[in-house]
Amino acid sequence: MHELSVCQALIEQVERVARQNDARTVVSIVITVGPLSGVEPQLLEHAYPLAAAGTVAEHASLVIETVPVRVRCRSCGAETDVVPNRLVCGACGDWQVDVTGGEELTLRRVEIETDPAAVH
Amino acid sequence: MCRDCGCSLGPAATRAPLAAPTGVAGKFETIEVITAILGENDRVAAHNREHFDGHGVLALNLMSSPGAGKTALLEATIRALGGRLRIAVVEGDLATENDADRIRACGVPAVQISTGNACHLDATMVHDAVHDIALAGLDVLFIENVGNLVCPASFDLGQHRNVTLLSVPEGDDKPAKYPVMFRAADLTLITKTDLLAYITEFSTGRAHASLRQIGYSGETIELTSRGGAGFDAWLAWLDREVAAQRERTRRGETLRPQVQPEGAHAHAAEPHVRR
Repeated sequence: MHELSVCQALIEQVERVARQNDARTVVSIVITVGPLSGVEPQLLEHAYPLAAAGTVAEHASLVIETVPVRVRCRSCGAETDVVPNRLVCGACGDWQVDVTGGEELTLRRVEIETDPAAVH
Repeated sequence: MCRDCGCSLGPAATRAPLAAPTGVAGKFETIEVITAILGENDRVAAHNREHFDGHGVLALNLMSSPGAGKTALLEATIRALGGRLRIAVVEGDLATENDADRIRACGVPAVQISTGNACHLDATMVHDAVHDIALAGLDVLFIENVGNLVCPASFDLGQHRNVTLLSVPEGDDKPAKYPVMFRAADLTLITKTDLLAYITEFSTGRAHASLRQIGYSGETIELTSRGGAGFDAWLAWLDREVAAQRERTRRGETLRPQVQPEGAHAHAAEPHVRR
Protein backbone atom coordinates (compact mmCIF):
# COMPACT_ATOMS: atom_id res chain seq x y z
CA MET A 1 0.00 0.00 0.00
CA HIS A 2 2.57 2.56 -1.12
CA GLU A 3 -0.24 4.52 -2.78
CA LEU A 4 -0.55 6.71 0.32
CA SER A 5 3.13 7.70 0.01
CA VAL A 6 2.53 8.44 -3.67
CA CYS A 7 -0.53 10.57 -2.79
CA GLN A 8 1.44 12.50 -0.18
CA ALA A 9 4.14 13.20 -2.78
CA LEU A 10 1.42 14.25 -5.22
CA ILE A 11 -0.14 16.65 -2.71
CA GLU A 12 3.27 18.23 -2.06
CA GLN A 13 3.67 18.86 -5.80
CA VAL A 14 0.14 20.29 -6.03
CA GLU A 15 0.70 22.54 -3.01
CA ARG A 16 3.82 23.91 -4.68
CA VAL A 17 1.92 24.65 -7.91
CA ALA A 18 -0.90 26.25 -5.90
CA ARG A 19 1.56 28.48 -4.02
CA GLN A 20 3.37 29.56 -7.17
CA ASN A 21 0.06 30.52 -8.81
CA ASP A 22 -1.59 32.22 -5.82
CA ALA A 23 -4.38 29.65 -5.70
CA ARG A 24 -7.16 30.01 -3.18
CA THR A 25 -8.22 26.41 -3.68
CA VAL A 26 -7.40 23.56 -6.01
CA VAL A 27 -10.41 22.45 -8.04
CA SER A 28 -9.03 19.41 -9.79
CA ILE A 29 -5.84 17.45 -10.34
CA VAL A 30 -5.14 15.39 -13.44
CA ILE A 31 -2.53 12.63 -13.28
CA THR A 32 -1.47 9.87 -15.63
CA VAL A 33 -0.75 6.38 -14.33
CA GLY A 34 0.67 3.56 -16.43
CA PRO A 35 0.46 -0.13 -15.45
CA LEU A 36 4.27 -0.39 -15.20
CA SER A 37 4.52 2.40 -12.62
CA GLY A 38 3.65 -0.13 -9.92
CA VAL A 39 0.80 2.07 -8.70
CA GLU A 40 -2.82 0.95 -8.66
CA PRO A 41 -5.30 3.73 -9.71
CA GLN A 42 -8.12 2.42 -7.53
CA LEU A 43 -5.89 2.38 -4.43
CA LEU A 44 -4.70 5.90 -5.29
CA GLU A 45 -8.33 7.06 -5.28
CA HIS A 46 -8.85 5.53 -1.85
CA ALA A 47 -5.67 7.02 -0.39
CA TYR A 48 -6.15 10.46 -1.93
CA PRO A 49 -8.68 11.95 0.57
CA LEU A 50 -6.41 10.97 3.47
CA ALA A 51 -3.43 12.76 1.93
CA ALA A 52 -5.45 15.79 0.81
CA ALA A 53 -7.22 16.43 4.13
CA GLY A 54 -6.39 19.83 5.56
CA THR A 55 -4.50 20.99 2.46
CA VAL A 56 -5.33 23.49 -0.27
CA ALA A 57 -6.38 20.48 -2.35
CA GLU A 58 -8.80 19.12 0.23
CA HIS A 59 -11.86 19.55 -2.01
CA ALA A 60 -10.15 18.94 -5.35
CA SER A 61 -11.28 16.11 -7.55
CA LEU A 62 -8.62 13.64 -8.63
CA VAL A 63 -8.79 12.64 -12.29
CA ILE A 64 -6.69 9.60 -13.14
CA GLU A 65 -5.93 9.01 -16.80
CA THR A 66 -4.71 5.49 -17.43
CA VAL A 67 -2.56 4.60 -20.41
CA PRO A 68 -1.76 1.20 -21.93
CA VAL A 69 1.62 -0.51 -21.99
CA ARG A 70 3.09 0.00 -25.46
CA VAL A 71 6.15 -1.59 -26.98
CA ARG A 72 8.07 -0.93 -30.19
CA CYS A 73 9.55 -4.01 -31.82
CA ARG A 74 13.25 -3.95 -32.68
CA SER A 75 12.68 -6.55 -35.40
CA CYS A 76 9.58 -5.46 -37.32
CA GLY A 77 9.20 -1.90 -36.00
CA ALA A 78 5.53 -2.32 -35.09
CA GLU A 79 4.21 -0.45 -32.06
CA THR A 80 1.56 -2.40 -30.17
CA ASP A 81 -0.36 -2.39 -26.88
CA VAL A 82 0.56 -5.32 -24.62
CA VAL A 83 -0.14 -6.62 -21.11
CA PRO A 84 2.48 -5.89 -18.40
CA ASN A 85 3.74 -9.45 -18.01
CA ARG A 86 4.00 -10.21 -21.69
CA LEU A 87 6.21 -7.53 -23.19
CA VAL A 88 6.55 -9.08 -26.62
CA CYS A 89 5.69 -7.62 -30.01
CA GLY A 90 1.96 -7.87 -30.64
CA ALA A 91 2.60 -8.12 -34.37
CA CYS A 92 5.44 -10.63 -34.81
CA GLY A 93 5.91 -12.03 -31.28
CA ASP A 94 9.59 -11.06 -30.94
CA TRP A 95 10.66 -10.34 -27.35
CA GLN A 96 13.29 -7.75 -28.29
CA VAL A 97 11.13 -4.68 -27.76
CA ASP A 98 11.47 -1.21 -26.25
CA VAL A 99 8.78 0.01 -23.87
CA THR A 100 7.39 3.29 -25.21
CA GLY A 101 4.51 3.75 -22.77
CA GLY A 102 2.95 2.45 -19.59
CA GLU A 103 5.53 3.59 -17.03
CA GLU A 104 3.99 7.03 -16.41
CA LEU A 105 3.36 8.33 -12.91
CA THR A 106 2.92 11.95 -13.83
CA LEU A 107 1.14 15.04 -12.59
CA ARG A 108 -0.31 16.61 -15.74
CA ARG A 109 -2.57 19.51 -14.83
CA VAL A 110 -3.79 21.39 -11.80
CA GLU A 111 -6.95 23.47 -12.04
CA ILE A 112 -6.99 26.21 -9.44
CA GLU A 113 -9.28 28.96 -8.28
CA THR A 114 -7.57 32.26 -7.57
CA ASP A 115 -8.88 35.29 -5.79
CA PRO A 116 -10.28 37.55 -8.54
CA ALA A 117 -8.69 40.57 -6.86
CA ALA A 118 -5.22 39.01 -6.95
CA VAL A 119 -2.77 40.75 -9.25
CA HIS A 120 -0.52 38.57 -11.44
CA MET B 1 5.08 11.85 -28.21
CA CYS B 2 5.06 14.57 -25.59
CA ARG B 3 7.39 17.43 -26.49
CA ASP B 4 8.14 18.27 -22.87
CA CYS B 5 9.70 15.08 -21.63
CA GLY B 6 9.59 12.60 -24.50
CA CYS B 7 7.12 10.36 -22.70
CA SER B 8 4.45 8.54 -24.64
CA LEU B 9 1.64 10.80 -23.53
CA GLY B 10 -0.25 11.94 -26.55
CA PRO B 11 -2.32 14.93 -27.56
CA ALA B 12 -4.10 14.90 -24.20
CA ALA B 13 -1.39 17.30 -23.04
CA THR B 14 -3.00 20.05 -25.07
CA ARG B 15 -6.56 19.19 -24.13
CA ALA B 16 -8.92 22.06 -23.26
CA PRO B 17 -9.02 23.14 -19.61
CA LEU B 18 -11.51 21.35 -17.42
CA ALA B 19 -14.83 23.10 -17.14
CA ALA B 20 -15.05 25.26 -14.06
CA PRO B 21 -18.04 24.87 -11.76
CA THR B 22 -20.48 27.71 -12.22
CA GLY B 23 -21.82 30.05 -9.57
CA VAL B 24 -18.57 30.18 -7.61
CA ALA B 25 -16.71 33.42 -7.14
CA GLY B 26 -13.10 33.55 -8.20
CA LYS B 27 -11.05 33.06 -11.30
CA PHE B 28 -10.26 29.58 -12.58
CA GLU B 29 -7.00 28.65 -14.18
CA THR B 30 -5.62 25.39 -15.45
CA ILE B 31 -1.91 24.95 -14.88
CA GLU B 32 -0.10 22.50 -17.16
CA VAL B 33 2.54 20.82 -15.05
CA ILE B 34 3.88 17.49 -16.38
CA THR B 35 6.16 16.47 -13.55
CA ALA B 36 7.09 13.18 -11.92
CA ILE B 37 4.85 12.66 -8.90
CA LEU B 38 7.76 11.13 -7.00
CA GLY B 39 10.04 14.01 -8.02
CA GLU B 40 10.87 14.94 -4.43
CA ASN B 41 11.90 11.36 -3.61
CA ASP B 42 14.00 11.36 -6.80
CA ARG B 43 15.69 14.58 -5.68
CA VAL B 44 16.65 13.10 -2.29
CA ALA B 45 17.78 9.90 -4.03
CA ALA B 46 20.06 11.92 -6.31
CA HIS B 47 21.47 13.61 -3.21
CA ASN B 48 22.14 10.19 -1.63
CA ARG B 49 23.87 9.09 -4.81
CA GLU B 50 26.12 12.15 -4.63
CA HIS B 51 27.08 11.10 -1.08
CA PHE B 52 27.91 7.59 -2.28
CA ASP B 53 29.80 8.81 -5.33
CA GLY B 54 31.68 11.35 -3.23
CA HIS B 55 33.13 8.46 -1.24
CA GLY B 56 33.45 6.05 -4.17
CA VAL B 57 30.96 3.68 -2.53
CA LEU B 58 28.91 1.26 -4.63
CA ALA B 59 25.30 1.23 -3.38
CA LEU B 60 23.18 -1.85 -4.09
CA ASN B 61 19.46 -2.16 -3.40
CA LEU B 62 18.43 -5.75 -2.58
CA MET B 63 14.76 -6.51 -3.21
CA SER B 64 12.69 -9.68 -2.94
CA SER B 65 9.77 -11.33 -1.19
CA PRO B 66 10.15 -11.78 2.57
CA GLY B 67 12.18 -14.93 3.15
CA ALA B 68 13.85 -15.16 -0.26
CA GLY B 69 17.26 -15.09 1.43
CA LYS B 70 18.47 -11.49 1.29
CA THR B 71 20.03 -11.51 4.75
CA ALA B 72 21.45 -15.02 4.29
CA LEU B 73 23.01 -13.85 1.03
CA LEU B 74 24.62 -10.91 2.83
CA GLU B 75 25.91 -13.11 5.68
CA ALA B 76 27.43 -15.58 3.22
CA THR B 77 28.87 -12.77 1.09
CA ILE B 78 30.52 -11.07 4.08
CA ARG B 79 32.04 -14.37 5.22
CA ALA B 80 33.23 -15.35 1.73
CA LEU B 81 34.87 -11.95 1.18
CA GLY B 82 36.73 -12.24 4.48
CA GLY B 83 37.24 -8.48 4.72
CA ARG B 84 38.51 -8.15 1.14
CA LEU B 85 35.80 -5.56 0.49
CA ARG B 86 34.68 -3.11 3.18
CA ILE B 87 30.95 -3.38 3.57
CA ALA B 88 28.13 -1.71 5.47
CA VAL B 89 24.46 -2.62 5.44
CA VAL B 90 21.20 -0.71 5.80
CA GLU B 91 18.42 -3.07 6.84
CA GLY B 92 14.76 -2.30 6.19
CA ASP B 93 12.01 -4.14 8.04
CA LEU B 94 8.67 -3.24 9.56
CA ALA B 95 9.95 -4.16 13.01
CA THR B 96 12.83 -5.73 15.01
CA GLU B 97 16.61 -5.35 14.87
CA ASN B 98 16.99 -9.04 14.01
CA ASP B 99 18.54 -8.60 10.57
CA ALA B 100 20.91 -5.82 11.64
CA ASP B 101 21.99 -8.03 14.55
CA ARG B 102 22.74 -10.90 12.15
CA ILE B 103 24.90 -8.61 10.00
CA ARG B 104 26.71 -7.12 13.02
CA ALA B 105 27.46 -10.68 14.16
CA CYS B 106 29.45 -11.04 10.92
CA GLY B 107 31.60 -8.06 11.97
CA VAL B 108 30.07 -5.52 9.60
CA PRO B 109 28.36 -2.24 10.59
CA ALA B 110 24.60 -2.25 10.09
CA VAL B 111 21.82 0.29 10.61
CA GLN B 112 18.28 -0.95 11.02
CA ILE B 113 15.43 1.12 9.60
CA SER B 114 12.16 0.11 11.24
CA THR B 115 9.48 1.32 8.88
CA GLY B 116 6.52 0.68 11.18
CA ASN B 117 3.81 -0.22 8.74
CA ALA B 118 5.46 1.19 5.63
CA CYS B 119 5.92 -1.40 2.92
CA HIS B 120 9.04 0.04 1.31
CA LEU B 121 12.11 2.19 1.94
CA ASP B 122 12.23 5.65 0.44
CA ALA B 123 15.13 7.98 -0.25
CA THR B 124 14.65 10.04 2.92
CA MET B 125 14.72 6.98 5.20
CA VAL B 126 17.96 5.86 3.54
CA HIS B 127 19.38 9.38 3.80
CA ASP B 128 18.76 9.45 7.55
CA ALA B 129 20.22 5.96 8.01
CA VAL B 130 23.33 6.76 5.99
CA HIS B 131 24.15 9.59 8.38
CA ASP B 132 24.87 6.86 10.97
CA ILE B 133 27.35 5.10 8.67
CA ALA B 134 30.92 6.14 8.00
CA LEU B 135 31.03 6.09 4.21
CA ALA B 136 34.72 6.96 4.03
CA GLY B 137 36.70 3.83 3.27
CA LEU B 138 33.69 1.73 2.34
CA ASP B 139 33.54 -0.25 -0.89
CA VAL B 140 29.93 -1.42 -0.87
CA LEU B 141 26.76 -0.26 0.87
CA PHE B 142 24.02 -2.87 0.72
CA ILE B 143 20.49 -1.56 1.24
CA GLU B 144 18.28 -4.52 2.12
CA ASN B 145 14.80 -3.31 1.25
CA VAL B 146 11.59 -4.37 2.99
CA GLY B 147 10.60 -7.85 1.81
CA ASN B 148 7.94 -7.03 -0.78
CA LEU B 149 7.72 -7.63 -4.53
CA VAL B 150 5.48 -4.62 -5.18
CA CYS B 151 6.19 -1.25 -3.58
CA PRO B 152 10.01 -1.02 -3.33
CA ALA B 153 10.33 -1.02 -7.14
CA SER B 154 8.74 2.44 -7.37
CA PHE B 155 11.18 4.32 -5.10
CA ASP B 156 14.69 5.35 -6.10
CA LEU B 157 16.95 5.30 -3.01
CA GLY B 158 20.13 6.60 -4.60
CA GLN B 159 21.52 3.15 -5.32
CA HIS B 160 23.59 2.32 -8.39
CA ARG B 161 22.19 -1.13 -9.01
CA ASN B 162 19.05 -3.09 -8.18
CA VAL B 163 19.54 -6.75 -7.27
CA THR B 164 16.32 -8.80 -7.09
CA LEU B 165 16.15 -12.27 -5.56
CA LEU B 166 13.78 -15.00 -6.68
CA SER B 167 13.98 -18.05 -4.42
CA VAL B 168 13.17 -21.53 -5.66
CA PRO B 169 10.30 -22.17 -3.18
CA GLU B 170 8.44 -19.11 -4.52
CA GLY B 171 7.86 -20.60 -7.97
CA ASP B 172 9.31 -19.95 -11.40
CA ASP B 173 6.49 -17.65 -12.57
CA LYS B 174 7.19 -14.82 -10.10
CA PRO B 175 8.47 -12.44 -12.84
CA ALA B 176 5.17 -12.86 -14.73
CA LYS B 177 3.21 -12.14 -11.54
CA TYR B 178 5.34 -9.15 -10.44
CA PRO B 179 6.63 -7.66 -13.71
CA VAL B 180 7.30 -4.15 -12.36
CA MET B 181 9.68 -5.47 -9.71
CA PHE B 182 11.66 -7.77 -11.97
CA ARG B 183 11.89 -5.20 -14.76
CA ALA B 184 13.58 -2.88 -12.24
CA ALA B 185 16.40 -5.39 -11.65
CA ASP B 186 19.92 -5.04 -13.03
CA LEU B 187 20.74 -8.48 -11.66
CA THR B 188 18.34 -11.28 -10.78
CA LEU B 189 19.56 -13.95 -8.39
CA ILE B 190 17.67 -17.24 -8.43
CA THR B 191 18.38 -18.30 -4.83
CA LYS B 192 18.09 -21.51 -2.79
CA THR B 193 18.99 -23.66 -5.80
CA ASP B 194 20.02 -26.39 -3.32
CA LEU B 195 16.25 -26.93 -2.98
CA LEU B 196 15.80 -27.69 -6.69
CA ALA B 197 16.26 -31.38 -5.88
CA TYR B 198 13.18 -31.27 -3.63
CA ILE B 199 11.02 -28.65 -5.34
CA THR B 200 10.82 -30.28 -8.73
CA GLU B 201 7.99 -27.96 -9.79
CA PHE B 202 10.55 -25.15 -10.21
CA SER B 203 12.13 -25.01 -13.65
CA THR B 204 15.03 -22.59 -14.06
CA GLY B 205 14.27 -22.63 -17.80
CA ARG B 206 10.75 -21.38 -17.14
CA ALA B 207 12.09 -18.73 -14.73
CA HIS B 208 14.41 -17.42 -17.46
CA ALA B 209 11.55 -17.50 -19.99
CA SER B 210 9.32 -15.62 -17.55
CA LEU B 211 12.00 -12.91 -17.21
CA ARG B 212 12.39 -12.70 -21.00
CA GLN B 213 8.65 -12.20 -21.44
CA ILE B 214 8.63 -9.08 -19.28
CA GLY B 215 11.44 -7.58 -21.36
CA TYR B 216 14.10 -8.18 -18.69
CA SER B 217 17.50 -7.22 -20.03
CA GLY B 218 19.73 -7.70 -16.97
CA GLU B 219 21.93 -10.60 -15.90
CA THR B 220 20.70 -13.70 -14.05
CA ILE B 221 22.71 -15.91 -11.69
CA GLU B 222 21.50 -19.16 -10.12
CA LEU B 223 22.98 -19.74 -6.68
CA THR B 224 22.67 -20.99 -3.15
CA SER B 225 24.15 -18.98 -0.30
CA ARG B 226 25.71 -22.26 0.90
CA GLY B 227 28.37 -21.81 -1.80
CA GLY B 228 29.30 -23.24 -5.18
CA ALA B 229 29.81 -22.01 -8.73
CA GLY B 230 26.77 -19.72 -8.74
CA PHE B 231 27.86 -18.05 -5.53
CA ASP B 232 31.32 -17.49 -7.01
CA ALA B 233 29.67 -15.89 -10.05
CA TRP B 234 27.83 -13.51 -7.67
CA LEU B 235 31.10 -12.57 -5.96
CA ALA B 236 32.69 -11.99 -9.37
CA TRP B 237 29.74 -9.73 -10.36
CA LEU B 238 30.25 -7.81 -7.11
CA ASP B 239 33.97 -7.38 -7.81
CA ARG B 240 33.23 -6.15 -11.34
CA GLU B 241 30.67 -3.64 -10.05
CA VAL B 242 33.03 -2.34 -7.33
CA ALA B 243 35.75 -1.87 -9.95
CA ALA B 244 33.27 -0.13 -12.28
CA GLN B 245 32.16 2.21 -9.48
CA ARG B 246 35.80 3.09 -8.69
CA GLU B 247 36.32 3.87 -12.36
CA ARG B 248 33.19 6.03 -12.48
CA THR B 249 34.27 7.86 -9.33
CA ARG B 250 37.66 8.52 -10.90
CA ARG B 251 35.97 10.03 -13.95
CA GLY B 252 33.42 11.99 -11.94
CA GLU B 253 30.55 9.95 -13.44
CA THR B 254 27.60 8.23 -11.82
CA LEU B 255 25.08 5.54 -12.65
CA ARG B 256 21.41 4.98 -12.03
CA PRO B 257 19.81 1.56 -11.89
CA GLN B 258 17.08 0.51 -14.28
CA VAL B 259 14.60 3.34 -13.92
CA GLN B 260 11.35 4.41 -15.40
CA PRO B 261 11.62 6.95 -18.22
CA GLU B 262 10.14 9.80 -16.26
CA GLY B 263 12.65 9.23 -13.48
CA ALA B 264 15.35 9.43 -16.13
CA HIS B 265 13.77 12.65 -17.33
CA ALA B 266 13.88 14.11 -13.83
CA HIS B 267 17.62 13.51 -13.80
CA ALA B 268 18.27 14.53 -17.37
CA ALA B 269 20.09 17.64 -16.21
CA GLU B 270 22.65 15.66 -14.21
CA PRO B 271 26.03 15.64 -15.90
CA HIS B 272 27.89 12.50 -16.90
CA VAL B 273 25.06 10.06 -16.25
CA ARG B 274 25.69 6.75 -17.90
CA ARG B 275 22.97 4.19 -18.41
